[in-house]
Amino acid sequence: MSTATQIDVVTLRLGGEWMALPADSLREILEPVAVTRVPQSRPFSNGLINVRGVVVPLTDLRVAFGMPPVDATEDTRMLVFDFPLDGDTVTVAITADKVHEVTTLDVSALDDVPSVGLRWPPEFVQGIGKQEDEFLLVPDLEAIFKQHAMRGTTQKQHDEGI
Amino acid sequence: MSDPEDLGTGIYRQEAAELVQSIEAGLLALENTPGDGDRIDAVFRDLHTVKGSGAMFGFKELAEFVHEFETAFDSVRRREVPVTSALIEISLRACDHILRLLDDPVSAKAVSATILGKLAACLEADGSDALPAPRQDMSIGTDNRGIPPANGYRVKFRLAADALMHGHDPEVLLNDLRDLGPTRVRALVEDVPPLDQLDPTECLMGWEVEITGEIDPTDIEAVFLFTRDTMSLEVSPLDADEALEANAGPTDEPDASFSLVSGASNSTKATGNTMRVATERLDEMMDRVGELVIAEARLQALAQTSGDATLMAVAEDIQRLAAGLRDSTMSIRMVPISSILGRFQRLIRDLSGSLGKQMNFVTCGEDTELDKTVIELLADPLVHILRNCADHGLESAERRLAAGKPATGTIELGAEYAGAEVVITIRDDGRGLDAARIRSRAVERGLIDEDVDLPEAELYRMIFEPGFSTSSAVTELSGRGVGMDVVKRTIASLRGQIDLESEPGHGTTVRLRLPLTLAIIDGLLVEVGGELYTIPLAAVEECVELPALHKSERTTSSFLNIRGGLVPFLRLRSLFDVAVPPSDYQKVVVIASTGARVGLVVDNIIGNNQTVIKQLSPLHAGLKSFSGATILGDGSVALILDVAQLVASGRAIEESTRRENAA
Repeated sequence: MSTATQIDVVTLRLGGEWMALPADSLREILEPVAVTRVPQSRPFSNGLINVRGVVVPLTDLRVAFGMPPVDATEDTRMLVFDFPLDGDTVTVAITADKVHEVTTLDVSALDDVPSVGLRWPPEFVQGIGKQEDEFLLVPDLEAIFKQHAMRGTTQKQHDEGI
Repeated sequence: MSDPEDLGTGIYRQEAAELVQSIEAGLLALENTPGDGDRIDAVFRDLHTVKGSGAMFGFKELAEFVHEFETAFDSVRRREVPVTSALIEISLRACDHILRLLDDPVSAKAVSATILGKLAACLEADGSDALPAPRQDMSIGTDNRGIPPANGYRVKFRLAADALMHGHDPEVLLNDLRDLGPTRVRALVEDVPPLDQLDPTECLMGWEVEITGEIDPTDIEAVFLFTRDTMSLEVSPLDADEALEANAGPTDEPDASFSLVSGASNSTKATGNTMRVATERLDEMMDRVGELVIAEARLQALAQTSGDATLMAVAEDIQRLAAGLRDSTMSIRMVPISSILGRFQRLIRDLSGSLGKQMNFVTCGEDTELDKTVIELLADPLVHILRNCADHGLESAERRLAAGKPATGTIELGAEYAGAEVVITIRDDGRGLDAARIRSRAVERGLIDEDVDLPEAELYRMIFEPGFSTSSAVTELSGRGVGMDVVKRTIASLRGQIDLESEPGHGTTVRLRLPLTLAIIDGLLVEVGGELYTIPLAAVEECVELPALHKSERTTSSFLNIRGGLVPFLRLRSLFDVAVPPSDYQKVVVIASTGARVGLVVDNIIGNNQTVIKQLSPLHAGLKSFSGATILGDGSVALILDVAQLVASGRAIEESTRRENAA
């Protein structure tokens, strides 16, 4: 995959943006299921869902990108991914407002992250592509998960010394 | 499955490793009781088995080496050479070498001669008969040095009726026996039915074979290695007058413990009543049982809602069966901690030598059982801790004497059950942790501020920080500052906890608390603000109604009076930020861990459930109140409360109240 410039991506709508996530690590797309709230966790990953017998954390990229929360609609989907993280593979689910399609993306044609004018944290954006006159945000999932992994505790809990 | 050749080799490797372990244990015991003839014989027997089956499975280099080792040990067995610590030392090296030969015969072979040379030198130094130099051209089959000669044996065997279908050929077995020496074969045909009732695919004949000459009984056993499980086999020594030829000399030392009886019981232990199973298969089975338990919970939920009596009866049956299956599957996975203690004996002995300190290693609670996965992962951390005890904890003999302690240091390793946990204690009677030194080192490394006053327990915790070492001298063994952080991480990954206690001048105690199993537990399902949580049932002491006096969250007291005892309590609602108003009848679940109790205030108690523990993902690794999650009957996820953490929080409440009262 590393040498090829064409990668398969799944495109989805999140907080008014189109995003592209690598399709080769996508395991399945679910209709919304019951979510168990995880007290004391960060808003980024404060839920657990049951994906056919496996307990999977549900993450919300909106939190990482500082987008306002949105209520679920009939288009809301949960995408289950197997991502590499620190040498391990972690299974996570990501909420999307709407899933569009699986398509190919030319990585070499990605634009660099502009230093100004970007609404989202630049360290979480790998690049910006274009698809049918729409901008396509390619998030740096590894950076996002690294930032949020191992830090499940909230400040409150830390203060309480629990 | 791999081909039978590989399978046999694999089994041999495993068996040889176990035998070497048993030899090691024997040698170590001999060091304390040098005159113990039974032990010497046991070591000798194990060596012989390693050799015999090694040759059979094509481990030529290994068999040659062990043959010489055995030959040397034979002079010990015949009391020509006393057991000395030098001999034990080199014998232990030889054991290590056997394992190397097992792994990589070609490259390890070069060292064989050196070790054997040392062994011979050691025996010679003791003034015994000089041993012959290792012969490179020896062959195993004609070996007649180490075995007590017998006139011969009568072998009576009968294969299972379906042996032929399984590809066993009696003729091959008879030929193998013939290779051992001159034989006289008699067929036992009394079980063969009349021709019209005969099923030609069944093996109904038996054979009685008399073999004469100096025969090693284990060679006879070896012939039946592959059929032993299903056949009947009787081996008895031939009386002298029964021998066909009188050329077998009388035994110069009739050794009772080397009779066939013990040989046979040995081999039954390995092949008869037990069975080796790959760990992966057990893991797979555990996974399946886990799925079954979840499915069973769903069935139970369905049956409850349907109200159909027949369905409920079936669901109950299945529940009972699933619980039984769960228990037996888990018990298969339980291994006594003694299975890893052997290597620690050896470790301490080696450390004692290399550090030049005298030390005793005392163990208790060897029968305590833990999940195999836990035991395996536990071995490395324990090695680290024991090394630290030996290297940093124990002082040199002079300093010990100067401090009024016996010259020989003691390291104790104990294991015991405590509720749903196993507590492993490692205690040394050394100098103890140096709080001042840890403190200055922690300040130096920027872990704590200079003006912060930490209680000792927390200061001690610093030694688990990565790269932390107070030792100014880095030795080969420890002091590099790696190790204790690894210990902490491994124990944490096992959902266990470490406590440290230390008394300056009197020693250090490391206490590891580990869950009995990592797979399935009984849980108590509770509801807090409409959300469900599971509490490990083994930790639950009792459930009581929350007294009216504590209903409001604004009450100042955080203690319950339970039959005269004060129990601190935590409101899970506020701990978990629940907004919905509480139920009118809140309950308190009292949980206990290692002697301390804490009450958890919940809205409702739902009941027992089988809890298949699912690990939380790294995204939630920082969560302290939960040890995992489980899937309920309706398919939803419930978090499992971490008892030890909550009890620790309860303790913190107690302490802060005490401090306030004191102030």
